[in-house]
Amino acid sequence: MEHTLRTPLSKADIIKPRAGDIVYLDGIILTARDTAHERLLSSEKIPFDLSGAAIFHCGPLMRKNKKWTPIAVGPTTSARMSKMTPELLEKYGIRAIIGKGGMNGVVDALYEKCIYLAYPGGCAAIATDQIKRVKEVHWLDLGMPEAVWVFEVKQFGPLIVGIDAHGNDLYAEVEKRANEQIKSL
Amino acid sequence: MSDVIVENQVIKAVIQVLRQAETELPGDVLSALKSVRDRESNPIARTQLSAIIKNADFAKENVIPMCQDTGVPVFFVDVGREAMINFDLEEAIRKGVARATEEIPLRPNAVHPLTRENSGNVGVGFPDVNFDFVPGKNIKITVMPKGGGAENMSVLRMFTPSEVDDVKHFIIETVKNAGGKPCPPIIVGVGIGGTFDKSARLAKKAALRRLDVPSDDLEQELLEEINSLGIGPMGLGGDTTALKVNIEYAHCHVASLPVAINIQCWAARRASVTLEG
Repeated sequence: MEHTLRTPLSKADIIKPRAGDIVYLDGIILTARDTAHERLLSSEKIPFDLSGAAIFHCGPLMRKNKKWTPIAVGPTTSARMSKMTPELLEKYGIRAIIGKGGMNGVVDALYEKCIYLAYPGGCAAIATDQIKRVKEVHWLDLGMPEAVWVFEVKQFGPLIVGIDAHGNDLYAEVEKRANEQIKSL
Repeated sequence: MSDVIVENQVIKAVIQVLRQAETELPGDVLSALKSVRDRESNPIARTQLSAIIKNADFAKENVIPMCQDTGVPVFFVDVGREAMINFDLEEAIRKGVARATEEIPLRPNAVHPLTRENSGNVGVGFPDVNFDFVPGKNIKITVMPKGGGAENMSVLRMFTPSEVDDVKHFIIETVKNAGGKPCPPIIVGVGIGGTFDKSARLAKKAALRRLDVPSDDLEQELLEEINSLGIGPMGLGGDTTALKVNIEYAHCHVASLPVAINIQCWAARRASVTLEG
């Protein structure tokens, strides 16, 4: 099934799509990778709103002339953020996590709260084309890839629902089958 | 009589090969991706392969990097034994990388390993530059920008001679454990033999090999077994986990059996240029 979702996302929005469905996203996405996650967990106040937000595991390549322009903006490996994710979801009202490759041990933390959406890895050229505006940048002191970039996007995708809000994890299913198969080789 | 190759030629050549590699997926890789998309039976996998092909076409058309991880610039330089230069070749390559970072542009990817302080794309031992001496008077510069996601899934293990039969399983298991993290469909570069460090270098060279070079029996058998795992493009399931398995060998110590696996993502970027001496 295919869905188009618009940020800010409500619980009803993210309950509908099931693992394996295709989602396109309109609205705002915020990048956050390793160091931004650490700062989000240690901060008491943050300069942007994460309620109903879609965060994007991404370290973009940007260029500044008069204003910031995205050059290549695509997903990074989400597994690195796995450990920090349950606490992050507890602390902020994040409704969607966009990344690639899946995450470990987050199914319970996502349950009825958030969905994990996979952008095709390495596809920064088309992803960048789906960014319509660079709205803001925060925490640039962390460096270009680690800063929090706020992008306005249109028809951002195809995003595959990798882990849904009902406890289904496509990656875990694939891994289980691979573990069975390797025994027979 | 050879012509002298000057520093500026090398700097320009480095920018040219980096631009080509970052923006234009090699034809043999694109053909392989199209052929697996046409054969793929899993509908989710087909969406991933179609997006990858569309992305590669879009990057080439607009001369922009295909992936935001513009990688570690790994250079293989074939220096003709009769080539004449009067400058520091490695320093010229470093200058080319610094300029390419501004001009293409490339993401600043070099950090100190412990402090994580970012130094752009030039640092201690960064870019990675390898020299080989070859017959002739030319200098051939090849670049392989290597993304971090796939590099992180690479593994090296020192086997003992009695464990020869375990090598195949080790290769398949490494790919299984990597799952969707290295951006499959991947190229599996394997180095068997040599010393600890040489096996890793062989694995990297194996990952650089063109996909239209025919596989031997062991490579083909490994490819089929890897694809039977069903990990699929991006780890979302499907028939295509690897595009190819390439193995390079070297003789090793009588007590040793090093095996290194260097995984390359679908964005198997590479480009070469020859400077004529």
